Amino acid sequence: MGKHDDQLDMKRREFIGKTVLAAGAATVAPGILLTVARAANETRGVTSAVRWGMLIDTNKCADDCTACVDACNKENGIDLVQRPEGASDADWNAQRPQWIRKVKLRDMATQVVTTLPMMCQHCEYPPCVDVCPTGASFKRADGIVMVDRHICIGCRYCMMACPYKARSFIHQNVENQLVAVPRGKGCVESCNFCVQRIDAGNTTTACQEACDKAGHKAILFGDLKDPESEITRAFKTHNSRQIRAELKLNTGVRYIDV
Amino acid sequence: MKKLHYSELWCSSPRYWGGLALLAFIIALGLGSAYYMEHHGHWVTGMSNQVVWGLPHVFAIFLIVAASGALNVASIGSVFGGPMYKPLGRFSALLAIGLLAGGLVVLLLDLGRPDRLIVAMTKYNFKSIFAWNILLYTGFFAIVGVYIWTMIDRTVNKHYKMVGFAAFFWRLALTTGTGSIFGFLVAREAYDTAILAPMFIIMSFSFGLAFFILALISAYWWAGRQLGELRLTKLKNLLGVFIGAVLYFTLVYHLTNLYITAKHGVEAFVLLNGGIYPVMFWLGQILIGSIIPLFLIYSPAFSKSRFVISVASVLVLIGGFFQVYVIVIGGQAYPMSLFPGKEVLESSFYDGVVASYVPTLPEAMLGIGGIAVAMALVAIGSRMLKVLPESLEDPEDECA
Repeated sequence: MGKHDDQLDMKRREFIGKTVLAAGAATVAPGILLTVARAANETRGVTSAVRWGMLIDTNKCADDCTACVDACNKENGIDLVQRPEGASDADWNAQRPQWIRKVKLRDMATQVVTTLPMMCQHCEYPPCVDVCPTGASFKRADGIVMVDRHICIGCRYCMMACPYKARSFIHQNVENQLVAVPRGKGCVESCNFCVQRIDAGNTTTACQEACDKAGHKAILFGDLKDPESEITRAFKTHNSRQIRAELKLNTGVRYIDV
Repeated sequence: MKKLHYSELWCSSPRYWGGLALLAFIIALGLGSAYYMEHHGHWVTGMSNQVVWGLPHVFAIFLIVAASGALNVASIGSVFGGPMYKPLGRFSALLAIGLLAGGLVVLLLDLGRPDRLIVAMTKYNFKSIFAWNILLYTGFFAIVGVYIWTMIDRTVNKHYKMVGFAAFFWRLALTTGTGSIFGFLVAREAYDTAILAPMFIIMSFSFGLAFFILALISAYWWAGRQLGELRLTKLKNLLGVFIGAVLYFTLVYHLTNLYITAKHGVEAFVLLNGGIYPVMFWLGQILIGSIIPLFLIYSPAFSKSRFVISVASVLVLIGGFFQVYVIVIGGQAYPMSLFPGKEVLESSFYDGVVASYVPTLPEAMLGIGGIAVAMALVAIGSRMLKVLPESLEDPEDECA
């Protein structure tokens, strides 16, 4: 009797085991298939054979033009970030995200006035990546420095560490956002060279496109490792420099005549 | 020498429970403030993309620095073999745990995404000082917990010395880590200097001891137990030495910067023309936090007054708070020098101008809530564990 019971039990266990296995496979398989299928279509793979960079000719940057800033705001859904009700002008300006900003400078010795766009300089040795406790702030193989907003805990240490004040913290609830540019309250973000465009095969950023369209051509974006690229050739013929070059971060963004 | 008896803090109900209820109320206010800030987003605070760490960080760093310092009394007893300090070791370790927990609660609740604590605990970038600190903080709880155990339980008392050494080195590492959060930042002129790590250690000696003196006097008053003068005098004199040491490090820090021409701007900002920050430095840290307490501590007229010792300790804490405020907030308010030799005429992102920061009530409530967490933990711990000697009357057969 006891033996008979045992055999029944074994079958029951086997049955449960196989059912769980089948249910597990049915749950996981579509996910794997979908991911693999999508990956095959979208990814050519980020490679260190490329390093994206930018050359900004301040002589061509027009004083009263904000085309690059406007285009960035639109491309990255920054214009969708709403001003919280009751926030003063000063607070809003200090707290709203700004990935790119226009800065106007005057040389104290020569009085020469320069305007230029400032944004993440996409350092080869980014301090923001060094200090990030979770690794949310990271540098891709192709040199783009960006934030993984799934693991950003909002500690803002990267903002303390960035020598260019390039980063913004999302201080308010996010009502609307673009699918390609996820945004979340309590996370940090910054210019990522329009990574969604690059990964889709584009070779220009929104700011460069807008600057070209406005007729200034002050921004040149491209692959610093491609000897034939326009940006590499421009580097050879122009004297450019890094902002805060003394920190030896080897920035991906360089400026002419600052 | 009389044998020491430790016992739980057992006060009359209304005094103990009333105090605890008050602390719970303050903690509830702090939690409410944290919820308010998280629910609306940080725009309801004074923090911005210019001053990214605000008042909660001042409270948190102040408490974390004080925590490691509070352990010093225990370390003096076990590592340096001070017999007068040994009976205070248990309470010192409990206070250290309480203060660290209070500071960490504030730090955690100010995160943009406190719900992602599990991410912080599972994903580590080992080049990040913050990541080191997460390990240093959790390790501190563990080691100091075991330290208390070896002090209370006779069966494991043989490991007391060894664990005491471990705890001492760990607390040095912990404060080095806290100071290095700023010391390793190249971006901002007020930071970027190795002296911040040892300076934070010496600050922890001073703040931690001030906290300890106040907690000890309060606990013995609360419980109606005897606290002898000899021990308090020793603690008080030690506090004086630590205040002097903090002053020395502050002096060296500023002298170094004053010698470097590039840093004249930030020095003038902190010492002379930076609005609220020079006031906090001279009036807060130097006068209230150092000179007056030094006078109170070493003036023969007050040498035995318990009230004056308490006042001096409170002043040290107030001055220390201002010191941390000037380091954390002042260091961010001073503009980064992105374009040396040029003045910024226009920028939508406040380049080249002093960033303004006005703390809001919720930020302050969160910070005060952290202090209440620390005090509540110590009160509950003292009631549950035998950390306080029944009497700390002056020993008759020991010389001071």
